[in-house]
Amino acid sequence: MNILQACLLLSTLLFGIGLAGALARGNAILVLLGIELMLNAANLNFIAFWRFGPTPTPATGVIFVIFSIAVAAAEAAVGLALVISIYRHQKNIRLEEADRLRG
Amino acid sequence: MRFSIEYIGLIPALPLLAAGLGALTPRRGRTFAAGIAIAALGGSLLLSIRALQYALTMPPADHFFLNFAWFDLGDGAVRLGWLLDPLTAFMCVMVSFVGLLIFIFSLGYMREDENFTRFFCFLSLFAAAMLGVLVSNSLLLLFICWELVGLASYLLIGFWFHKPEAAAAAKKAFIVTRIGDLGFLLGMLWLYHSTDTLLFYDNGHGCLEAGVLAALNAHFVTGGLALSTAIGLLIFCGATGKSGQFPLHVWLPDAMEGPTPVSALIHAATMVAAGVFLIARVFPLMQADQLLAAVPLHALTVVAFIGAITALMGACIAVAQTDIKRVLAFSTISQLGYMMLALGVGSWTAAIFHLLTHAFFKALLFLCAGSVIHAAHHEQDMRRLGGLSPRMRVTFATFAIGMLALSGFPFIFSGFWSKEAILMAAGEWNVSQLPFFMGLAAVVLTAFYMTRLLAETFLGQPRTAVAAHAHESPAVMTVPLVILAVFAVVLGFIGTPAWPWLQAQLTGQPVVSGHLIESRPKVLLSILLVGIGLGVGWTLYGRRPRPATTTLDPLCAKAPGLFAFLEGQMKFNELYAATFGKLTALAARLADDLDQAAIGRAVSLLGRSGEVAGQINRRGDEQGLNAGFDSASETLRESGLAYSYAQTGQAHGYLRTIAVAFAVLVFLALAGS
Repeated sequence: MNILQACLLLSTLLFGIGLAGALARGNAILVLLGIELMLNAANLNFIAFWRFGPTPTPATGVIFVIFSIAVAAAEAAVGLALVISIYRHQKNIRLEEADRLRG
Repeated sequence: MRFSIEYIGLIPALPLLAAGLGALTPRRGRTFAAGIAIAALGGSLLLSIRALQYALTMPPADHFFLNFAWFDLGDGAVRLGWLLDPLTAFMCVMVSFVGLLIFIFSLGYMREDENFTRFFCFLSLFAAAMLGVLVSNSLLLLFICWELVGLASYLLIGFWFHKPEAAAAAKKAFIVTRIGDLGFLLGMLWLYHSTDTLLFYDNGHGCLEAGVLAALNAHFVTGGLALSTAIGLLIFCGATGKSGQFPLHVWLPDAMEGPTPVSALIHAATMVAAGVFLIARVFPLMQADQLLAAVPLHALTVVAFIGAITALMGACIAVAQTDIKRVLAFSTISQLGYMMLALGVGSWTAAIFHLLTHAFFKALLFLCAGSVIHAAHHEQDMRRLGGLSPRMRVTFATFAIGMLALSGFPFIFSGFWSKEAILMAAGEWNVSQLPFFMGLAAVVLTAFYMTRLLAETFLGQPRTAVAAHAHESPAVMTVPLVILAVFAVVLGFIGTPAWPWLQAQLTGQPVVSGHLIESRPKVLLSILLVGIGLGVGWTLYGRRPRPATTTLDPLCAKAPGLFAFLEGQMKFNELYAATFGKLTALAARLADDLDQAAIGRAVSLLGRSGEVAGQINRRGDEQGLNAGFDSASETLRESGLAYSYAQTGQAHGYLRTIAVAFAVLVFLALAGS
């Protein structure tokens, strides 16, 4: 098993943990954490393929990942702001109670 | 200030501006409205005097004009222009001066009227329109101003339009003068058609200049009339309406329904003078056919006879009127007849001389009547007045001067000299002596009815309470009277046969004096006739004034039938009602029947078909379109409702759905490959 396969295995593991967290937890912050984990699994994939892939190219993977982290930061900011406003509204952050937009 | 022809346009423009500003002034701005009207007319007066000074230094028989293009039309342009000659200048001075005095008088007379501001606005418009008539060098511009005069007179006669008589009188004045104006318009169009110009003077191309007139004389229309005769007679129609000549005089007595200063303005300075002025202005055209011996009719012959008939008829009717203002109205008709007679017999200078002197003493008489009416709380029936001479001394004295001037009292008063000039010209007319004798008859009647008016109004004892309590009007009303009275005397001396300065200035000829001696028998005859008129009037009315309101008029006692006929204004109104009125009503009824039978039916058929089309349309709409849209919307709503069940609002539900869908997609992708 070479390094690339090991990296992919790790990222799959990370993604699985993130997905499970996002789907299973009722706390909005933990759901956000799960989503961050999934994003980071994808970032790890980018780096791994860039570093150990069959056709190495200069710095594309790193740049892609920097963009991805920036977007993830913005998303985290928006997500946390939403969490705060949900908290102000219903005095807790349980997602199953935030269902006022149902049809 | 060096006088320039451009300033001529300012003479009517100033009052027009004042009228515009007056129209924008709110009702409470009384001082401003009156002030600006008087100031503007005062400015016009100064300009007119300056213009007169300039006109008197012009070369003889010269016309000073300034033409300009109004707008382009086809190949050429419609051209208008200003004109200055002694005729214009004398008239402008007279109109603005008499008008100014009337404006000032109105300050007192209309003081209690709530529409004071509007009154001065209309007065300014009236003066502006009349001054516009005087200074225009184009028949078209003259016609425009002429119609403005008609409009302003309509507005002013109907100023108290809440009175039904005033509203009716305003309409009557407007419609009757419009009948004459139709002739004027036709004549103008015909003139333009034949000569391609409506300018009076245009360096040899104007319609009053020799070349164009010769061309007009060379054409003949139906009945052997020269073209110039036909056009002249059509233009005379306009003058007939405006100047209250027989048979279109019926509006003038009714126009007395307006406020008295308006009557003064209409009768002295503006409205009726316009007709006489028009004929004097286009006199070369009216006179052109005199060169042709073979034509069956000369335009001026018609003018002379219409004038003589009007002079005599007006004087006859005035004898039997009891309303002060109506007596004066018929005397105006009669005097205008004299002016037309003078024009007809070829002496347009005598006509203008009489127009000028008449303007002063007729304005004086009307303003005196206004003063009396003001003092007697709007009582204007002379049977219900009387005994005013000790109570209204200034009014009485000035009225007596005006009355003697109108009667033609010899030597001192202006009316004598101007009337003598007319009678002398009529006596020398080579076509017929009949107008001369009609004029002489009117002289007797004029002296008679004016004596009657004076005696009934001012002499004897007051016959009613209002007459007994009358008192002299304020100075703002009496001062104009005094000024006018002075001019009613002295103005005669500018045109006496011994020194005919006015006539010389108008024609541009040197002063030729000494006409009086040659025609001494005729002058003596007319003096004798004035004496007879005054004497008879004094005997019947002055010596023993009417004791009570209901006493029968001495004339009525002697010839009741004739008196009633004259009192009813020779039944002209009834005659017109029975002929033209009936004809119009008949035509209206025919038109109404036609309207209902043919046009009305067609219109209602059209409406019915539209209604049917609408019904069909509505049904198609309701059953076709509406049903289709309804069912489409219903389906849309139901499907939306079904989809909305999937929106649970649970974030985890959505996430799970995404995860499951992703798993299925991955499985499908792997299974497919």
